[in-house]
Amino acid sequence: MGARSFTFIVDGIEIEAVEGQTILQACDASGIYIPRLCYHPDLAPSGTCRVCTCRSNGRSVAACLTPASRGMVIENDTPLLTADRRALIELLFVEGNHPCPYCEASGDCELQALGYRLGMVAPTQPYQWPDRKIDATHPDIYLDRDRCILCSRCIEASRMEDGKTVFAFEGRGIAMRLNVDAEGGLGDTQMAAVDKAARICPVACIVIKRGSYKVPNGERRFDKAVIGSDIEAKRAGQKL
Amino acid sequence: MNRDLEAAVDHIVQAFGSDRTRLMDMVIAVQQRFGHIGDEAVQTLAMALGVHAVEIEEMVSFYAFFDRAPRGRNRIRLSKTPISFMKGAKEVAQAFEQALGVKIGETTADGLFTLQWTSDIGLADQEPAALVNGVALSELAPADIPLIVAALRQADVSGALPAYPPHAPDAEKLAKSVIRSSLVQSGPLLSGSPVRAAGLRAALALTPDAVIEQITQSKLRGRGGAGFPTGMKWRLTRKASGIEHYIACNADEGEPGTFKDRLLLLEFPDLVFDGMTLAGYALGARQGLLYLRGEYASMWDALQRVLEERRKDGLLGANVGGKASFDFDIRIQLGAGAYICGEESSLLESLEGKRGSPRDRPPFPTERGYLGQPTAIDNVETLVCAARIMEKGAAWFTGLGTKESSGTKLMCVSGDCARPGVYETPFGITIHELLDLVGAPDAQYVQFSGPSGQAVAPKDFGRRIAYEDLSTGGSTMIFGPERDVLEIALQFADFFVDESCGWCAPCRIGTTLLKQGMEKVVAGRATLSDLASTEALANTVVRMSRCGLGQTAPNPILTTMSSFPELYEARLAAASFEPLVTLVDALREAVKVQGREPVTVDA
Repeated sequence: MGARSFTFIVDGIEIEAVEGQTILQACDASGIYIPRLCYHPDLAPSGTCRVCTCRSNGRSVAACLTPASRGMVIENDTPLLTADRRALIELLFVEGNHPCPYCEASGDCELQALGYRLGMVAPTQPYQWPDRKIDATHPDIYLDRDRCILCSRCIEASRMEDGKTVFAFEGRGIAMRLNVDAEGGLGDTQMAAVDKAARICPVACIVIKRGSYKVPNGERRFDKAVIGSDIEAKRAGQKL
Repeated sequence: MNRDLEAAVDHIVQAFGSDRTRLMDMVIAVQQRFGHIGDEAVQTLAMALGVHAVEIEEMVSFYAFFDRAPRGRNRIRLSKTPISFMKGAKEVAQAFEQALGVKIGETTADGLFTLQWTSDIGLADQEPAALVNGVALSELAPADIPLIVAALRQADVSGALPAYPPHAPDAEKLAKSVIRSSLVQSGPLLSGSPVRAAGLRAALALTPDAVIEQITQSKLRGRGGAGFPTGMKWRLTRKASGIEHYIACNADEGEPGTFKDRLLLLEFPDLVFDGMTLAGYALGARQGLLYLRGEYASMWDALQRVLEERRKDGLLGANVGGKASFDFDIRIQLGAGAYICGEESSLLESLEGKRGSPRDRPPFPTERGYLGQPTAIDNVETLVCAARIMEKGAAWFTGLGTKESSGTKLMCVSGDCARPGVYETPFGITIHELLDLVGAPDAQYVQFSGPSGQAVAPKDFGRRIAYEDLSTGGSTMIFGPERDVLEIALQFADFFVDESCGWCAPCRIGTTLLKQGMEKVVAGRATLSDLASTEALANTVVRMSRCGLGQTAPNPILTTMSSFPELYEARLAAASFEPLVTLVDALREAVKVQGREPVTVDA
């Protein structure tokens, strides 16, 4: 173990981390899956979804944002945290309009996959049926805000990876929406289908046109393996 | 593009040094000039600042006082709180609707008036209250309204927009613009007409470390309610390395039922600025920032005059108070209607001209605050305490209050009591004692420390006001036996829906669902399982939200549930299941479209 590495405890398991890693990064590297939704490994964490919330010394901490530190004791996989995370996924389902049965992302959708992983059956909270605008002005991309979960991935990717700042939030509270950098809609922005921002949406809010249903239902990412199992496989490989 | 608009916006941008972090001021100036921030203004601002239009829209659309679309030249904002409703705000609203011929939320056809509700404006002791073009009006009665509307019509002859922040001569033309002093009882902190700069001069005679030491020994803790030790905050800030250090005064007094900072800024501004200046000296700061909530814009002129006088008298500027090489000045930043900006990291974002969304910690503001530099953020009352401690000594302060809560607290009392207002009381008194003091013998429910605090029932009136028992920012709303506790809890739940910033999912969505759950309770349609589900959701929002707003937003529901379980029980629906929407409501739209009632078959 080098000078800048140390260990901390997650659910009773000692794991190794290096200085500068967040709790989530260190756990990913060690094959311990912390459920997360807005986080994307290529982007700076935003902490909008709070699904990766863990407990540390009785306090709630977002694993994607909190630096790992020596001797930390983290609770991750507990019944209470699973229930809270399931409740968050449910909130996101009822906030937007999510037609899983005919959505092109079904089976490839991180929101849906987390619903399955965390044991959500059907929402117990009332659907909000918001009125949201669909933007089909771009020749290659459409924006279906019904499915937007306001994770901010596209905002971050467009600003930092593509250098374009095509997206930002607008409004506040429950009325907050994803906004684009042109009055005329996405088609009037510099957005291109090859942009990072076009390819990191966890749901089907940003969709590349003419690409849907190429992989049939039943053969998509999360049809084959539970979300997070790729991370957990690392640990299984180590230990078994 | 409109050339005049372009030139005017460019001029405004240049007036603030083309500095992106001064976007709040620029947007306020653009709105003052054109009445709203239209698409062309957004484009021009973006161009002049070298940012994307979407970033300007992101910021402007966040604040309740900024408009993207044209509204009436005269803005009437009525304070919407349980207290204002108790005192007759609905009748005042009706009088305005009648005088203007529009409903709340609408603009008159001639473009002269927009009438709307707004969150608590810091006048809970003098409700019903309103902001008219930024001017605070208090104790309104329906009979006042035609006079106010007539005065506004008369002032509008030129068709120009009223000045904002408002000037005193404009304010004086409006009935009820004279706000009576909120101070009912002063104590050691505020009595004996404090001498200007006494505390500051005492501090400047010491080293900065000795000032911090004295504040530490006084055991002064933050008066916003969180109670962080002020000496430690200043020490951390001083020790943190940075190009600059800053002291920020949090005058975003948004917690409903709180109005002590309004009192301090109106009647004791020199004590506030003394506190900021000596804090600046202790921290090694050259600039102080006072974040003044938009609702207090009518104080702008008076506060600027006080700062001018202090500059003239050598209490600001170079070599403050004759202390060689201590240069310090204060800038006031006006807010624009966002409760969340009272949260310290949101306040920093807003100070930097951005949306007031909270930051994640670490790093803490003491390490990386305003413009990424070490910053101490203190409540107005905390800084007033600091000024008096430096004047009178730490022992004077620890001689007041309790072991862990030294000094006194400014309690803001409103609602069903004989004498509402600000009371300076020593820490350690019970709620009972406070209720006796203010004349509230039959209180049945006290909302303590605002909606983000807790509902207290008579069985707990023996509890003490102190950090070691009931911690408070000062808000104390009293409700008598004839009030509907659950309806009040619903109104507080609604407040958090309006004020959630939207960044994190649990607070953004949870506040709306909690309000809906509470509506069902109040309507008598909630079942036992509905109550359990609302309570579970409330606890999830507490545990999973990003900042203090979301973590406390469910408190009005959770604490009325625990303090008044019998009231919830009495309101329960008998059925084991009740749909959220009744059949009649569900069919309402279809009935409207079809123009006929559904056919019903009698059993």
